[in-house]
Amino acid sequence: MRRIGWRAQGGRAALVSLAAVVLAGCAKVAPQTTLEPKGPIARQIDNLIDPVFIVAGVVFVLVQALVVIAVLKFRDRGQEEPEQIHGNTALEIGWTLVPAVILLLIAVPTIKTIFDLSRPAEASDTLEVTVTGHQFWWEYLYEDSGVLSANELVIPTGRPVELTLKSVDVIHSYWIPALAGKTDVIPGRVNRMTVVADEPGEYPGQCTEYCGASHANMRNVARALDAADFEEWLAAQQRGPATPAEGSAAAEGLEVYGNRGCAGCHTITGVSEGKVGPNLTHFADRGTFAGSIFENNGENLTRWLTDPQAAKPGNQMVIPGVPLTPEEIEQLIAYLETLK
Amino acid sequence: MTVTQPAPALPSPELAEPRRLLRRPTSPRGAWAWMTSIDHKKIGILYGVTSFVFFLLGGLEALALRVQLGTPDNTFLSPEAYNQMFTMHGTTMVFMVIMPLSAAFVNYLLPLMIGARDVAFPRLNAFSYWVFLFGGLFTYSSFFLGGAPNGGWFGYQPLGRNMSGHNIDYWVFGLQILGIASLTGAINLIVTIINLRAPGMSLMRMPIFVWMSLVVQFLLLFALPIITVALFLLMFDRLFATNFFNINAGADPLLWQHLFWLFGHPEVYILILPAMGIVSEILPVFSRKPLFGYRVMVFSGIAIGFMGWGVWAHHMFATGIGPVALSAFAASTMFIAVPTGVKIFNWISTLWKGKIRITVPLLFAVGFVAMFTIGGLSGVTHAVVPSDTQQTDTYYIVAHFHYVLFGGSMFGLFGGAYYWWPKVRGHLLNERVGKLHFWLMFLGFNMTFAPFHLLGLQGMPRRVYTYPTGQGWDFWNFVASIGSFVIAASVLVFMYNVWASRKNPKAGPDPWDARTLEWSAASPPAEYNFAEIPVVTSLDDVWHRKYTEDERGRPVLRERRTDAEAHEVASADEPEERPDIHMPSPSYWPIFTALGLPIISYGMIYKSWIPAALGGIWTLAGIYAWALEPQTAPGGHGHDDHGEGHGAAGGPEGHAGSGSGDGDATPGDPEPEPVPAGDPA
Amino acid sequence: MSLDVATPHAGVAGGHPPTTTGLSHEKIGMWAFLGSECLLFGGLISTYLLYRGQSRPGTITPPDVFDIPFTSVSSFVLLMSSLTMVLALAAIQRNDQHRLRVWLLTTALLGATFVGGQAYEFTVFVREGLNLRTNLFGSSFYVLTGFHGVHVTLGVLMLLSLFGLAVRGRITTAQAETVELVGLYWHFVDIVWILIFTLVYLIP
Repeated sequence: MRRIGWRAQGGRAALVSLAAVVLAGCAKVAPQTTLEPKGPIARQIDNLIDPVFIVAGVVFVLVQALVVIAVLKFRDRGQEEPEQIHGNTALEIGWTLVPAVILLLIAVPTIKTIFDLSRPAEASDTLEVTVTGHQFWWEYLYEDSGVLSANELVIPTGRPVELTLKSVDVIHSYWIPALAGKTDVIPGRVNRMTVVADEPGEYPGQCTEYCGASHANMRNVARALDAADFEEWLAAQQRGPATPAEGSAAAEGLEVYGNRGCAGCHTITGVSEGKVGPNLTHFADRGTFAGSIFENNGENLTRWLTDPQAAKPGNQMVIPGVPLTPEEIEQLIAYLETLK
Repeated sequence: MTVTQPAPALPSPELAEPRRLLRRPTSPRGAWAWMTSIDHKKIGILYGVTSFVFFLLGGLEALALRVQLGTPDNTFLSPEAYNQMFTMHGTTMVFMVIMPLSAAFVNYLLPLMIGARDVAFPRLNAFSYWVFLFGGLFTYSSFFLGGAPNGGWFGYQPLGRNMSGHNIDYWVFGLQILGIASLTGAINLIVTIINLRAPGMSLMRMPIFVWMSLVVQFLLLFALPIITVALFLLMFDRLFATNFFNINAGADPLLWQHLFWLFGHPEVYILILPAMGIVSEILPVFSRKPLFGYRVMVFSGIAIGFMGWGVWAHHMFATGIGPVALSAFAASTMFIAVPTGVKIFNWISTLWKGKIRITVPLLFAVGFVAMFTIGGLSGVTHAVVPSDTQQTDTYYIVAHFHYVLFGGSMFGLFGGAYYWWPKVRGHLLNERVGKLHFWLMFLGFNMTFAPFHLLGLQGMPRRVYTYPTGQGWDFWNFVASIGSFVIAASVLVFMYNVWASRKNPKAGPDPWDARTLEWSAASPPAEYNFAEIPVVTSLDDVWHRKYTEDERGRPVLRERRTDAEAHEVASADEPEERPDIHMPSPSYWPIFTALGLPIISYGMIYKSWIPAALGGIWTLAGIYAWALEPQTAPGGHGHDDHGEGHGAAGGPEGHAGSGSGDGDATPGDPEPEPVPAGDPA
Repeated sequence: MSLDVATPHAGVAGGHPPTTTGLSHEKIGMWAFLGSECLLFGGLISTYLLYRGQSRPGTITPPDVFDIPFTSVSSFVLLMSSLTMVLALAAIQRNDQHRLRVWLLTTALLGATFVGGQAYEFTVFVREGLNLRTNLFGSSFYVLTGFHGVHVTLGVLMLLSLFGLAVRGRITTAQAETVELVGLYWHFVDIVWILIFTLVYLIP
């Protein structure tokens, strides 16, 4: 008789590897993980689901054990024919009711949390930001101050931030896993969500609704600053851009900006009012650009300005006419670096 | 009771005088036989082979995706190529693999399981298949005609409406064509199950696979029109600049989502219930005891069918539908787990205290139970709406549906393939190779999809053609990609098995000592299935013909004491000479009519209205010719009488019936037997 | 019971060999098909209702174009065609070939009149500025009523086909069920119109 331990071995192997998978994952650094909340809303979600994961884990072990045991214990060893059992009403009622009760116990806190999280924050110090999704970048308008920014959502710690969510083109989804669940941004509709960060830090996220060629390249970062730093940031954002020194490379860059069509798509306060691309007034303040896929440094900027389509296929930035020359690119970068 | 319903076909047959050019096929051979066949068994085989080819194509698409995602910042596929690959992988696997594979099984087995000679509308059956084939080919032709669909298998708007090129158009028209195949199939099978059961086969004596298929056909009947509407709205937006998803005109993108998911959710039950039916057939046979709780299994299947209509917006939990709707759909989604869970426990109880033969079908069936449980549990976690806003659109969801659709449906379908292979082909597949297939597939499957749970919870979104390093995703993506190649290897093992076992010895009618009617027909069955339509006296009729129960409820072979003699009982049905039975005649109108549909579609896509109109006329002409053609050719002659009644597997089976008469009525029994009270459930 | 189709529907009036339910396959099939059509029109009607009142302000609205009296007349025509359909069925059931032909043709003509009325109505609307592309109302209205119109047209084709066969003496009492099933389809199409007329035209 062949060793029929195969099934047991397979079953056990599956269980062990699954456990390893889960445990090993926790040890890794995953900036966009949903399992380590960094704000009260994400924590509320986490607290709701953790017991459910545990219940699911218990059920998983129970069911798989029953399956494996059944196949091993009752395998054909030449025993007599089995009793032709057709059913057992008591048992069947039992395993209909017990799961129903368990689900009810999960449903009640779920519904409560749904309603909790659907209420806008009522604090007096709520910060209102309108988030607009574009193919393939995020735009932020700080309602009270009129600050217009892109890609990086700078927020104060400890204060609720109410996001009003819109789209200018297709459906996107705004997500910062450490702080909150995602909410879709849908053209023609307005959604809202709240995020709150406990501590200063950078919390990455990305668009989570397929939105075209560069959907994978539509990322974002939430940068949380403590109260003082945030106020300082806000004040700086409200100032106009620096004027480059005469004759400097940056001044040349400003010329390029005007002559090569950048002004048609981008806004720099006092310089241009293009609405297609992100507001660049304080571009140098941002750690990332182009939908937060590149770190904001000279090398990446050079690559981007040389051929934006190659860097991020399908995005809306098309340099009119001929490509920029390396000299023009250098000058532009010099200018951009002054826009703190 | 028979299938050769003399349809109140419109004219009397004299009108269908064949002009010489269009003479009806009488004893076709070779490829022509397959193209004009209206035999449900041939059609089932056609469905099976075609779907398997699409499975390979969908699998290649998956491998391409996994190569691209195996390492961060990879450039194996461009973003555009990746987006086409993932769209086609999903579209192929759902519409061109799992649905038609289920159709293959139900087509081949249903008449045999209910004691009928064919389905209610044999030509319509053939038509459904050809439409499926042409729809699949049409959709795939896009690869050569400007690019494959690239809007996702779910096609959200307004993204799709505005996409340049014809990629989306191929998706729209392809799905419409495929929808026609499934809808006509649904009507056919509903009528068959309701109307062609053998005498004595009440609804509660039908095999559980038949019950699940009945629920599925009703789901198809009612769900397909909804996606048809959605696709027409999108089609008109793209072709005629209507405003259904035009934001500037005030359209609501969620209209698409509601329509799509109202179809889409019943669709997933369409995808899983047949496999659940197969598992419910396999487990009792290899445990040598009945399905535990047959009635409950029937009712839970029906319950799932009904409840499946009430959960669709759980695909939309992040869209801002408001807390009341969120709560309602959270609750309905949680509670649909109840009838589903009941099935798991009933399956385990079928195994419990059985006498289990660990064969390949059993392994796949048990694998289904184990893997589907995992997918079901992750599904319950999705119902916790606030958490779903973290899970949705990440790889955690991808994990869930692959566990239920691959670990679930595909495992069930592979199990069914091994189980019914001897019935269809006449010989068994190799058991050892089959076990290698199973374990390799089980390993590869878990290696690929288990990590997806973690990747999703660690923040990896879906539908991304690449990801940067430093996200903590590199290792598990790599493991998953290796796993996908293990799956590919297992598929090769299966294909090897098919080839290597082709000369295996004859299996006989009942190699597994099974329970249901198909095992009383020859392997493979004659063209007419049963020489005499059986009279059914209980659920699992074939089992009860072989076995009675002793006082302790254990089965005891009736009269005959050896396996060989038991097999004789089962095959007592097979006479030596072909009995005088009329079967519907082959026809080329189904394939002819089906061909009109892609013609219309190509015309419409390129806005060539004349070809589109000609395609319409072609289709209409086919329908007229078909309607005016009697189901059986006048006199029913022209088939060669081969003498050996049971065709060799795969060969054309022409059979003569000479003269008219009561060839296929159960002698002296024109009415269905009254159903004896109380089934031995 | 003879199942040979070589001889025209032998024996039993209506010629149905035993089926499990006693109903013919075709009848159950037609009901199943009509069930699915309910969902088709349900989807289209829902789309119309969702977009009702949502068109951009300043664009054409229903009251601007609808001519309720005219549409009421064409609705009545369609309703009467259901009556004549019933008469056609009654005729063949008692093998009155003459009246079968009369009522079949009448039904087809009434149906064609309805479609003609729709076509005329649409041309008027277009002249008044409402087309498929105009706004949400234009798109959803024309697609809904257009689908219905196509269904009516296909019904008219079926009726004319039956009429043609009847003229050649090919429809006997054995084929009465075919007439009945075409009738079922025709009544369904009529009922859908009643629903559309009420929801789209009458209810503001």
